[in-house]
Amino acid sequence: MSKQTDNPIRDAIAEAIASNDVILFMKGTPDQPQCGFSARTAAALQSLDAPFAAVDILPDPRIRQELSALSSWPTIPQLFVGGELVGGADIVAEMYESGELAEALGVATPQDAPQEAPAGADPAPAPLGIENRLR
Amino acid sequence: MANAAELKSTIEAAIPGAIAEVQSPDDVHFTARVVSDRFEGMSRVQQHQLVMGLFEGRLGTEIHALSLKTETP
Repeated sequence: MSKQTDNPIRDAIAEAIASNDVILFMKGTPDQPQCGFSARTAAALQSLDAPFAAVDILPDPRIRQELSALSSWPTIPQLFVGGELVGGADIVAEMYESGELAEALGVATPQDAPQEAPAGADPAPAPLGIENRLR
Repeated sequence: MANAAELKSTIEAAIPGAIAEVQSPDDVHFTARVVSDRFEGMSRVQQHQLVMGLFEGRLGTEIHALSLKTETP
């Protein structure tokens, strides 16, 4: 997955996906989203209290271009769990409502008892301006 | 110019046996629900990629947005 190419941005994206168990590529940041779809997707993760890394794709248009080339997914946001693309805004919303998102993230659904914070999660590398939401 | 009926027939022609419901308030933003047994065993991402792939080159131009829900029967 993180095979080196002569494309440093694509390498950095692949590396970020490989090294963060839950990572959201979005427009803006979880606290200041710049698009309704990104806002809804980040809010779903936040309401599950799921730790996730977030990458704002807006500062450099090449991030979006390389991300979509890598994932074969045209739109933003894109949520990756365990290195796999889980989906964009529609899929995440659907999975949130059905409870599958909590299951995929290995967290309790909101009505359940509070979950202990997952241990051993490494801080994210910095090159893409990854904001880490780990508690 | 795209319209809901044309998107529906494109999807149903490309995925035999699929049933598509397509709605659009303005002929540029679309909402589609697609039911097909072709989706069996595919992840949601793969299901969406199958449908979105039918509109490659048109998404982002004449089709501004296609909100999708895929299901198996």
